[in-house]
Amino acid sequence: MKITAGGVVAAEWTKFSSLRSTWITTGISVLLLIAFGAIASASFSGDSLSAVDLALSGSTLAALTVGVLGALLGASEYTTGMIRATLAAVPRRLPVLWSKSLVAGLAAVVVMTAGAFAAFAVSSAVLNDKVSGLALGDDGVLRALIGAGLYLGLVAVLGVALGMLVRSSAGAIAILAGLLLIVPGLAALLPDSISDAINPYLPSNAGSAVMALTQGEGTLAPWTGLAVFAGYVVLTLAVAAYRLKKTDA
Amino acid sequence: MIQVREVTKRYGANTVVDHLSFTAKPGQVTGFLGPNGAGKSTTMRMIVGLDAPNSGDVLVNGKPYASAKAPLHEIGVLLEAKAVHPGRTAVSHLLAMARTHGISRSRVDEVLGLAGLGAVAHKRVGAFSLGMGQRLGIAAALLGDPAVVMLDEPVNGLDPEGVLWVRNLLAGLAAEGRTVMLSSHLMSEVSLIADHLVIVGRGKLLADTTVADFVTAEGVRVVTAAPDALRNVITGAGVTVTSTGAEELFVTGATAREIGLAAATRGIPLFELTPQNASLEEAFMDLTRDAVEYEAAR
Ligand SMILES: Nc1ncnc2c1ncn2[C@@H]1O[C@H](COP(=O)(O)OP(=O)(O)OP(=O)(O)O)[C@@H](O)[C@H]1O
Ligand SMILES: [Mg+2]
Repeated sequence: MKITAGGVVAAEWTKFSSLRSTWITTGISVLLLIAFGAIASASFSGDSLSAVDLALSGSTLAALTVGVLGALLGASEYTTGMIRATLAAVPRRLPVLWSKSLVAGLAAVVVMTAGAFAAFAVSSAVLNDKVSGLALGDDGVLRALIGAGLYLGLVAVLGVALGMLVRSSAGAIAILAGLLLIVPGLAALLPDSISDAINPYLPSNAGSAVMALTQGEGTLAPWTGLAVFAGYVVLTLAVAAYRLKKTDA
Repeated sequence: MIQVREVTKRYGANTVVDHLSFTAKPGQVTGFLGPNGAGKSTTMRMIVGLDAPNSGDVLVNGKPYASAKAPLHEIGVLLEAKAVHPGRTAVSHLLAMARTHGISRSRVDEVLGLAGLGAVAHKRVGAFSLGMGQRLGIAAALLGDPAVVMLDEPVNGLDPEGVLWVRNLLAGLAAEGRTVMLSSHLMSEVSLIADHLVIVGRGKLLADTTVADFVTAEGVRVVTAAPDALRNVITGAGVTVTSTGAEELFVTGATAREIGLAAATRGIPLFELTPQNASLEEAFMDLTRDAVEYEAAR
């Protein structure tokens, strides 16, 4: 009997998978992704968006639900008092944060990548006649779909980090929604010269770059954008790790 | 073994644990006593590293807890009943803890059975009563077959059967050579289980003693028509008789029954025969009177 890194990951997986809310939230995230994609694909008839952009139009909402899943996972340790049992079993503490992030991130990547492909399939089937269809083999399609899965996986990790950091479900969800939804809106209020300069680097814009079929005006290159978003996640994790290690549980 | 060495903990300006030192030894049940707010729970959290002391340190089985290779095998703790995600079943809760150490599923079932939770193992913890939550916490404490078992108010919320179960369980664990420590603010409860007493008030050590030593003068007050005759009859090995009034004696070392029988065989009339136990509870109250933080208005 010995504490191991694999054991802590297995424990976090058990915690993650043994909650009904996990399955509900994950299911809702996938449904939103598919349903919004299908509705947008069927109804949109302009030429500003590609078939892939349309198929992934649910990604903003899915990001929110996946982030909430992570935030609840992290914050519920504190709101339920479970953290005491958790840290008494793993007194070195940090493995808990890494493992929780890994489990939530990997689960979200797997499920949401599958969700992105499903959304693309369903959306292609119901695509409006005026928009030209795309196949998986076309330039950028695979990258956008896989990128969507990776982005959503990172959002789940961001949620875990925020939940462990602020130790409150409501607080973590508010910060998450603020980062993903409100910050871009606030940036739009700034003078153009400033907002043009910072817009591409805002978390949700940077992360979404990987899902665009073609790189738009004023956005980062796909993988650069995802890397910038990953940077935000790593930063949040670092602050969460610091608080976890340094303060009383 | 738990060694608490000169530990001080402050929350802001409030010193909650004040240069506290004591040792809980293997093979013994250590009762950790003190009035509300005395710092018992805080001390227990520091023992497992959940709170960091401002000064001093704690060793569990001779080393800092965080350095343990198998923490759950070193010490099993119950800190708060029902500090468990209410949406999880008892089994998944224990399984999650067990997996960190590669503890088997069969051990999880074993401790659930031991705690009498076999029938509700697959129920959500949110639906548990306080007593069931307490039992789950004790099951979790036993999971890693730990050398030290430390429980914060384990009998809180338990029914009489449950209280008896905890008492026997802890006695059994100590008899196996484990270190057992439990906290309470009820002296009467602890005195039935513990050998060793650590009493704190306002974070300071008030007494580090044994239950036997803590019991103060016990005896029998006797009022009789013939004190001198009675004194001659009952004085003997281990029995002391002091005169406390014209017709009154205070006898230690003999029970009221023995005194009554001895008087009856000699035909000595008794008017009163009253065992006087300065109870543990009273002794405890005397000791902690000045250290009580939250007291009902008088
Ligand atoms: N995290 C905290 N922040 C601030 N003060 C705290 C904290 N934890 C405990 N305290 C204070 O420390 C004191 C000791 O609390 P503690 O819970 O250790 O006492 P206790 O002996 O366990 O009491 P009880 O018998 O009521 O359980 C109390 O005055 C409490 O208000
Ligand atoms: Mg307490």
